[in-house]
Amino acid sequence: MYQWDFNFLWSYRWLFLNGLGVTVGFTVAIVSLGLVVGLAAALAKLSAFAPLRWLAHAYIEVFRCTPVLVQLVWFYYALPILSGIEISAITASILALSLYGGSFYAEIIRGGIVSIDPGQPEAAAALGMTPFQAMRRIILPQALKRMVPPLMNQSIIQFKNTSLVSVLAVPDLLYQGQIAAHDSYRPLEVYSAVAVAYFLLLYPLTIIVRQGEKKLSTSD
Amino acid sequence: MDTQSKIEIAGLRKQFGDLVVLKDINLSVDQGQVVALIGPSGSGKSTLLRCINLLVTPNGGQVRVGADSFAFGPGTKLPGTRALANFRAGTGMVFQHFNLFPHMTALGNVMEAPVTVRGTPKAQAREKALALLAKVGLADKVDEYPSRLSGGQKQRVAIARALAMEPDVMLFDEATSALDPELVGEVLGVIQKLASEGMTMVIVTHEIAFAREVADRVIFMRDGVVVEEGPARQVIDAPREAATQAFLGHFHRGGAAQPASEAI
Repeated sequence: MYQWDFNFLWSYRWLFLNGLGVTVGFTVAIVSLGLVVGLAAALAKLSAFAPLRWLAHAYIEVFRCTPVLVQLVWFYYALPILSGIEISAITASILALSLYGGSFYAEIIRGGIVSIDPGQPEAAAALGMTPFQAMRRIILPQALKRMVPPLMNQSIIQFKNTSLVSVLAVPDLLYQGQIAAHDSYRPLEVYSAVAVAYFLLLYPLTIIVRQGEKKLSTSD
Repeated sequence: MDTQSKIEIAGLRKQFGDLVVLKDINLSVDQGQVVALIGPSGSGKSTLLRCINLLVTPNGGQVRVGADSFAFGPGTKLPGTRALANFRAGTGMVFQHFNLFPHMTALGNVMEAPVTVRGTPKAQAREKALALLAKVGLADKVDEYPSRLSGGQKQRVAIARALAMEPDVMLFDEATSALDPELVGEVLGVIQKLASEGMTMVIVTHEIAFAREVADRVIFMRDGVVVEEGPARQVIDAPREAATQAFLGHFHRGGAAQPASEAI
């Protein structure tokens, strides 16, 4: 029977905290960038200008239909060769994960926008609003309310996806865990601790999302 | 074109795919006049109304409201979004399903367009909105969200919202069709008040008795053409065309119930 011993983990606390900081920082970066990209792609896909629609469609489908791990590796190893621009592992990770997340955000945002009653933009237009004003003042505020739960869900997935950057030797929580595991020869305790750390961060978030969904279903 | 009239429609055509909805419509409405558009569903009256403020883009013909004129058809350029927005800001529209903005209070709904479109200072827009809501009898509901209002109250907010842009022309698209019967009167009352104040209005309605009472002219449409038009009482009380007679035969007039059996 395996003898569990978690006490030694304490000596790696700074390593873990460091990794946790990188993981959280990465999540904030890829969620915010992904939302910007996703909003742009969603609006492009709803555009009256056909080439813009095709471009958005191509982007969304390419990134939704290839594994995110493949994208990470491709951005780090293939893109520099093709473009001739050297990029760091961190840049490649942020680029790949933001674009990957953006493709899912785009579909959520687009779905939220098209779910709004066509009478709303029509009323806005009848009052003399430009399409841009109608989007900003009338449609997006209503659509956003419906989008928040799925966007939060997708962001939780994005949080977990940051663990993949460890394959590019970005020192996130999992990568630091690997170091601690090799150093201590106790991978069972280390990876269990890493799993618990992810869970403790994410579980409260899922509760917030669920409450948000409940609140949404009782209003309007 | 006649420059005396407020609204001038000439040779208007509209088709959706192969379906021709409006065939060569000509219409002119004088300043302060109230025109009622009546006719069976699918007759094109709502589409015609939406062509007046260009919510629907015609395939051909000319549309003029006040000094703004647009031509459509081969060889003409479609108006840009700015020009369209400016044009629509001068015409108010009231919809069958109200289309209030659910994320704003009654007051917010009425303030929205003056603030966003015209850049009116908020305090000034607020004062105006409060006065308009009082005018439609909703001074006590200014802070309510649309979901807490009855259909009749919603529609009165929608009228106040349209009036906030100080339009030259008001368009009503079956404004009472989605209302419970007991709530129709309060909305018709507001429309009647606007008529007596001299607002130029085009009203698509199934309220024949109301059209007879309030409209100066009635236009009967069927299958995308104007079948008959004339002074309201003349068209409703003594229609000349068989189609108009058949259509009006569906309605009970004078408050007395009539057997519906002789209708087609």
